[in-house]
Amino acid sequence: MDISKGEQVIEVTDLRRVYKGGYEAVRGISFSVGRGEIFALLGTNGAGKTSTVELLEGMDRPAGGRVRVLGHDPYGERAAVRPRTGVMLQEGGFPSGLTVAETARMWAGCTSGARPEAEVLELVGLRRRADVKVKQLSGGERRRLDLALALLGDPEVLFLDEPTTGLDAEGRRETWELVRALRDQGTTVLLTTHYLEEAEDLADRLAILHEGRIAASGTPAEVTAARPSRISFELPAGHLPADLPPLAPMGVVGHGTEGSLLRLHTCELQRTATELLAWAAAEGLELRRLDVRSASLEEAFLDIAREAGGRQETPGTGQAIDQGTARKTEKAS
Amino acid sequence: MSTPTIATGAARSGATTPLGRLRALSRAEFTLLMRNRSAVITALFVPLLLPFSLYQGMREMDLAAHGLSLGVLMLTAGIGFSLLFAVYATLVATYVSRREELVLKRLRTGEASDAEVLGGTAMPVLAVSLAQTLLMAVACAALLDIGAPKAPHLLVLGVVLGAVLCAALGAATARLTRTVESSQVSSLPFLFVTMLGSGMAVPTEVMPDRMAAVCELLPLSPAIRLVRDGWLGTMSAGEALTAVATALVWVVLGVFAVRRWFRWEPRR
Repeated sequence: MDISKGEQVIEVTDLRRVYKGGYEAVRGISFSVGRGEIFALLGTNGAGKTSTVELLEGMDRPAGGRVRVLGHDPYGERAAVRPRTGVMLQEGGFPSGLTVAETARMWAGCTSGARPEAEVLELVGLRRRADVKVKQLSGGERRRLDLALALLGDPEVLFLDEPTTGLDAEGRRETWELVRALRDQGTTVLLTTHYLEEAEDLADRLAILHEGRIAASGTPAEVTAARPSRISFELPAGHLPADLPPLAPMGVVGHGTEGSLLRLHTCELQRTATELLAWAAAEGLELRRLDVRSASLEEAFLDIAREAGGRQETPGTGQAIDQGTARKTEKAS
Repeated sequence: MSTPTIATGAARSGATTPLGRLRALSRAEFTLLMRNRSAVITALFVPLLLPFSLYQGMREMDLAAHGLSLGVLMLTAGIGFSLLFAVYATLVATYVSRREELVLKRLRTGEASDAEVLGGTAMPVLAVSLAQTLLMAVACAALLDIGAPKAPHLLVLGVVLGAVLCAALGAATARLTRTVESSQVSSLPFLFVTMLGSGMAVPTEVMPDRMAAVCELLPLSPAIRLVRDGWLGTMSAGEALTAVATALVWVVLGVFAVRRWFRWEPRR
């Protein structure tokens, strides 16, 4: 099933956002999200995730480019879009003096086709806290209240800005299950996160944002497949990296050191690992702290951050090795 | 949060209407107002107590020479205090508080329009002010021997224009205010200027001519004048029109300023 060929619910073309004072938070990004898809925007703090989502939610007019949600401009055609979307902001937004039930009642009065408030509170496990004031809720409970209200009108499109920040491991898993169940019913979900495993487990497709641009995008498998795998180990005392057999014939596309740790990057993990271990066995060496791992989203993510960091460094500032690694990795990918 | 069963057969509400959304927001805001002790004092009690502070000063003025009566002046001042404290000062603090709590931003992600969000927040204090006005009018009519209003339509017009203007100026002042605490300072200029210059503590008739001419152009002066002279019935049609037009200019300016510059979320 190729979901991306279905109806496009969110379409973003060359989107830009510039804040007053001239800071360009979003620098020309394009992507689209199909109906019933979970799309994750991944990135470090300041990468432009929230700035992007807010444009999709119609909170501000883009400085350039185009956004369409359900075929409409979410900023200019607010009345057409809002009844069909649910939004969870990155942070709070409920009067601290109201109880959970009063907050839900207020929100229901502003939501077309709202389901009974008790039902959504039940869904996020807050029903027993209905008479508690918002200011007395824990951070995790506030996130759940926010999620409950975003779901109140059974939206076709759900925007979740860091939905699990502040939740414990169990709460996070429960939210994931809920989001999956919504997706299975046809809800389109756009979420931002800086939890890599959240994007890897939950998203059908994702984009990694870096400094306002999309650095990589695709399914989690596609994004990681484009990245080399990694082998790291420590050579016994008295052995130098130069003692290793020629690296290129083993399939190694890049290497570097991290303290006493030697790191090899390869796109043919099995062959490189076999040849390395065969060499070690023949030499009678023990490779301590040996770690062999396939490319993960985390690797991809760190690579992207490192590449960009390396580009900005001026040569000879004491990070020469890391820079070298970064350059090689960059060339390889 | 154990069973993510989403679909249910439970009844859903229909599509929302502007009035329905306004009602939902007003109801929540009224609950919040009643739970906020300092807002209750500012909005409910200050406007009812302050007129008494003017009593002595007004008694010493030669009011009869200008066709004024102490009772009507006290009532006018009371209505003015209600607009200033129950509506304007309370709303400055409320808008700032809702903005800093990100409530305004969150509400804007929903179906309510900007006007509904601001209007829903203002509705409870507008209702409180209206109730105070009625209460004071009845009390003054009964106790101070001022009779019935001679031109009630002008009086109503003055109350309505004054209330709308104070709400708009409250939102505009919130734009210039960073925290709830500093709203107590940022709302002072308008409070003082209005109390002294708009005919609440000192009728403009008692002022030197040139000063009176300037004071009559202040934002709340026309509304106060309409209330007072609406009760006394001493306004000519031309004077009434001028007052209404002046008030409308201020309302338009206030609404424009809010639409143009209002800040919906905290500075980052």
